[in-house]
Amino acid sequence: MTIEQITGNLKTKTVGIAGCGGLGSNCAVALARVGIGTLIIADYDIICESNLNRQYYFLDQVGMKKTHALRENILRINPNVSVITWDVRLTPDSIPTIFSGCDVLVEAVDQADQKEMIIETLLASMPRLPLVIGLGMAGYGMNDSIHLRRADNLYICGDEVSEIGPDLPPIAPRVGIVANMQANVVLEILLKTEMVK
Amino acid sequence: MKILLNNSPEEFAVGSLTVNELLRLKNFTFKMLVIKINGTLVKKTEYETAAICEGDEVHVLHLISGG
Repeated sequence: MTIEQITGNLKTKTVGIAGCGGLGSNCAVALARVGIGTLIIADYDIICESNLNRQYYFLDQVGMKKTHALRENILRINPNVSVITWDVRLTPDSIPTIFSGCDVLVEAVDQADQKEMIIETLLASMPRLPLVIGLGMAGYGMNDSIHLRRADNLYICGDEVSEIGPDLPPIAPRVGIVANMQANVVLEILLKTEMVK
Repeated sequence: MKILLNNSPEEFAVGSLTVNELLRLKNFTFKMLVIKINGTLVKKTEYETAAICEGDEVHVLHLISGG
């Protein structure tokens, strides 16, 4: 596919991103650069200085809502992306409504219990929606442990073992690898669907 | 029976297993799990009863924090 064919296909597509931290912000920016049509981004948090070691924000955005700052950054890169923001904490009730129009959903939250809730909600109430999750990206090095596991329309990106902790912080390189891996899986799903049509 | 567990072939001496039996056999002691059998989510309340049989495709996800 040429770049024109790729961007031509992607401009009709909608991707949901649950969480705008290290995974979500970097994944959203990658998708915006290649011309995704619509991004639905959801997060309740505000930016703090400690986020800047991995999240796609700038020092002068500290204190802003992540969804607002991410929208601003996406539009500075590609003003053709339609960005829909939800400043909410995701719940089993709200997820189907927020992400109903999506072609693919990216799970990009940080807490394990929230990941579990999102996956269970999706599999139970929107089982046909492809879901790309990030699982295990703390620390540094260990490139060869990062992989993609396919479980039907659930795609698992990460090493599946490195849980964040005081001695294993999430930092830019590995978080960025997994975020971009998620964006790469999104493209594979969207462009494959397009070829089948 | 033979099953596919996390995309790898596994063989067991019995003809079927419940989800809890599989978790015990494989020593999966994690607290936060998502389990799919043949593409369908298994609810936690069904771990004691949901059966895994010959040829089934089973996925076990261990959820950890970071994102």
